Amino acid sequence: MENYILEMRNITKEFPGVRALNNVSFKVKAGHIHALVGENGAGKSTLMNILSGVYPYGTYEGDIIVEGEVCKFRDIKESEAKGITIIHQELALIPTLSIAENVFLGNEQTGGKKGFIIDWHKTRQRAIEMLKIVGLKENINTRVMDIGMGKQQLVEIIKALAKDVKILILDEPTAALNDEDSHNLLKLLLELKNHGITSIIISHKINEVVEVADEITILRDGTTVETLYRETDEFNEDRIIKGMVGRELTSRFPERNSNIGEVRFEVLNWNVYDPKDPTKQIIKNVSIYARRGEVVGIAGLMGSGRTEFAMSVFGRAYGVKISGTIKKDGKEIVMHDEGDAIANGIAYATEDRKSAGLILIDDIKRNIVLPCLSKVSKRLVVNENEEIKISEEYRKKLKIKSSSILQKTGELSGGNQQKVVFSKWIFAEPDILLLDEPTRGIDVGAKYEIYCIINELAEKGKTIIMISSELPEILGMCDRIYVMNEGRIVGELTAEEASQEKVMQCIMRSNKEVIIK
Amino acid sequence: MKKLNVLLRGNLRQYVMIIALVVVIIFFQIVTKGTLLSPLNISNIIQQNAYIFVLATGMLLCILTCGNIDLSVGSVAGFVGAVSAVFILKMNMPVFPAILISLLIGVVIGIWHGFWIAYVGVPAFITTLAGMLIFRGLTMVILQGQSLAPFPKSFTFIAAGFIPEIANINGINLLAILAGIVASILYILSELSNRRSKKRYNFEVSSVGVFLAKIIAIVAVINAFTYALSRYKGIPMVLVIVVSLVLIYSFITNKTIPGRHIYAYGGNPKAAKLSGVKTKRVLFWVYVNMGFLAALAGIIFTGRLNSATPKAGNGFEMDAIASCFIGGASTTGGIGTVVGAIVGGLLMGVLNNGMSIMGVSIDWQQAIKGVVLLAAVAFDVYSKSRSRVI
Repeated sequence: MENYILEMRNITKEFPGVRALNNVSFKVKAGHIHALVGENGAGKSTLMNILSGVYPYGTYEGDIIVEGEVCKFRDIKESEAKGITIIHQELALIPTLSIAENVFLGNEQTGGKKGFIIDWHKTRQRAIEMLKIVGLKENINTRVMDIGMGKQQLVEIIKALAKDVKILILDEPTAALNDEDSHNLLKLLLELKNHGITSIIISHKINEVVEVADEITILRDGTTVETLYRETDEFNEDRIIKGMVGRELTSRFPERNSNIGEVRFEVLNWNVYDPKDPTKQIIKNVSIYARRGEVVGIAGLMGSGRTEFAMSVFGRAYGVKISGTIKKDGKEIVMHDEGDAIANGIAYATEDRKSAGLILIDDIKRNIVLPCLSKVSKRLVVNENEEIKISEEYRKKLKIKSSSILQKTGELSGGNQQKVVFSKWIFAEPDILLLDEPTRGIDVGAKYEIYCIINELAEKGKTIIMISSELPEILGMCDRIYVMNEGRIVGELTAEEASQEKVMQCIMRSNKEVIIK
Repeated sequence: MKKLNVLLRGNLRQYVMIIALVVVIIFFQIVTKGTLLSPLNISNIIQQNAYIFVLATGMLLCILTCGNIDLSVGSVAGFVGAVSAVFILKMNMPVFPAILISLLIGVVIGIWHGFWIAYVGVPAFITTLAGMLIFRGLTMVILQGQSLAPFPKSFTFIAAGFIPEIANINGINLLAILAGIVASILYILSELSNRRSKKRYNFEVSSVGVFLAKIIAIVAVINAFTYALSRYKGIPMVLVIVVSLVLIYSFITNKTIPGRHIYAYGGNPKAAKLSGVKTKRVLFWVYVNMGFLAALAGIIFTGRLNSATPKAGNGFEMDAIASCFIGGASTTGGIGTVVGAIVGGLLMGVLNNGMSIMGVSIDWQQAIKGVVLLAAVAFDVYSKSRSRVI
């Protein structure tokens, strides 16, 4: 047997109603960089959460073997004691504390062996040493809130190193970083490899994975598809994407009888500034249109301004110094707030359903009728019986899995929560629906159902504008695609001509233009 | 049974508080040898605590909006009482317009608070803390540090008066009995129409037996209460005010669009805003309303005391806040009912009154109220953490 530092054998994990992982196995060699790739919902994060003890022993089936020893982690502390540290997408730093304080949080440097009093001298000294190893040029007393995302990511890594990490797990480490920071981070991973540290990296950015990984394990729909080795296998993006997507790509999106009519909705010369910094322009002279019965996609990287654009169109829910015109059926409409937008037949389903889409402490029925209470009311008085009747209809129609319409939305699964969000906006009877990441964080089956709902709405003549970070979804669902980058529309593609490469080309080309300027 | 569970889980604390209230009443009824529920004392409890009920109603709406509280209500009540005293006693204004203008001043104070909180974005805690200091100070300024008394009868009538009787048979006030009967009939009619409309929608309704038992129980409580009132001086004027407020505000919060918007805002301000709720307007009107009710409470308290003093209203805000939380309101907003707040207020009122009859000193009463508040909220936190496990 070769020198495997970690082995996960036949891991199966079930959530109520979903099998997230089905008999997954994978092995990591000591001192290697091992990449874990797969689409959203393929089970990457679940697998890593099992490894790091977030899901304790007993809630899954299968074995974890670290350095030849079977481990039964009950919590994160136990996996950390084994030298396994996970760095999540959302960083676990305290913004108001200094770099040094964050690095040793929960691992404070004390005077004696089991001291109680923090030895600040030692803390600073060690922090400075560690910063040097990683190549972070910052004062250790700087507060974390004052440094950029890339440097914060480094602080997280230093924090892990300070705990004598052997296996470092990084969940989408470069998702929020710009190219330069991403590049530096990947260089650092190679550097750490030379120091003998094993890394497991979860990433959507296949090009980065190809650049640094020694092995790549591909997950799809909760099972391991294959593991590719740099030395022996074909090791390029196309090969990996083929593994990720598999053969089922065509059937992932339901068919739609497109019946596209006249231009319904236009946004012209739209400009929006950042409310926190009114000198910073977020949306730059964007013009788009959408037709009756059409599903229009807006593709782009995170931070390209897609969400800000949609929200600013939806009754100026985001931004300041907004200028431009919005036309519906050829006539200009003016909206001052979200209520005006709803009254004008526009709906916006947020990307963040938990914190901005639903009232989690309220039940399903109250959430569904909220945007359009007047429809179940006489003058100002709500007819509760009518409310129950309507909510029950939506619960049946959209197959919302719940004990009853009186169940709190906070208790539902992500997919069912999203169905409540859809019910809510369908109930408001909009003509134009802005859907922001409609399938984020929900499982494959629920995704398909959401796609069916979107198709049904389009077939009924609604205009759908859909934002998504998942390119396959945009490609599979949309009749026409706008590509957005840095707050501008940098390309417009029809469904026939669009492909992942074309979309990326649009983004790359615009980046170059910016640099030339 | 499953249904009952669902029902109980949602409103657990409120039901527990009603049971606690009944237990406390029975306890003091025995310990005070029947004094607690004597006709005289029932009227007393109502008149003593009326201002708390009024304040708790307004405070509940503030707390519903994300757990915001209004610290200024005690000072505002004191200030409005003082203003009305100056109008009536110093400027010889007729009572009715004086009360009207005083209430209007409360509304203006509410607008002042609402403006800073909703439209400028100053945290409610800070705005109302400032209000607490400002209006306490102004109370002392306009009273020049002295008490103003006594008020004409027509002013104290609101707080201490009784509805004039129409007939008296053997010491029993006929009006009170009549009021009980009318209230019972109205209650039965509303329950019947409710049931009918549910049937029209083909919803399940409770069995006839349960339905009748509930009606009989509530009708019995209403009539026992009005009978007790009839054996003293009849219906206190403040009771009319408090009952109307409870009915109106329960209706607004439960059945109307503005009410729904208040709960939605409290449950998740971001989601509410993206659903078209005019969140700033909601916050603004909640504080305007609080200003109005604080003024009303001020007039009731001044009337009951029959004098306006610089210290009037000290600590009222704490009683009102405690009532809401004991009555099941959530500290983060979005959960709570008007009836719950009144039950919370009543629980504290009965504790106060019962202990006073027993001769427990004010100092001890204060301490015991504190323990009750802590226990009520701790129980809620505990039961919530239990229910989350599923």
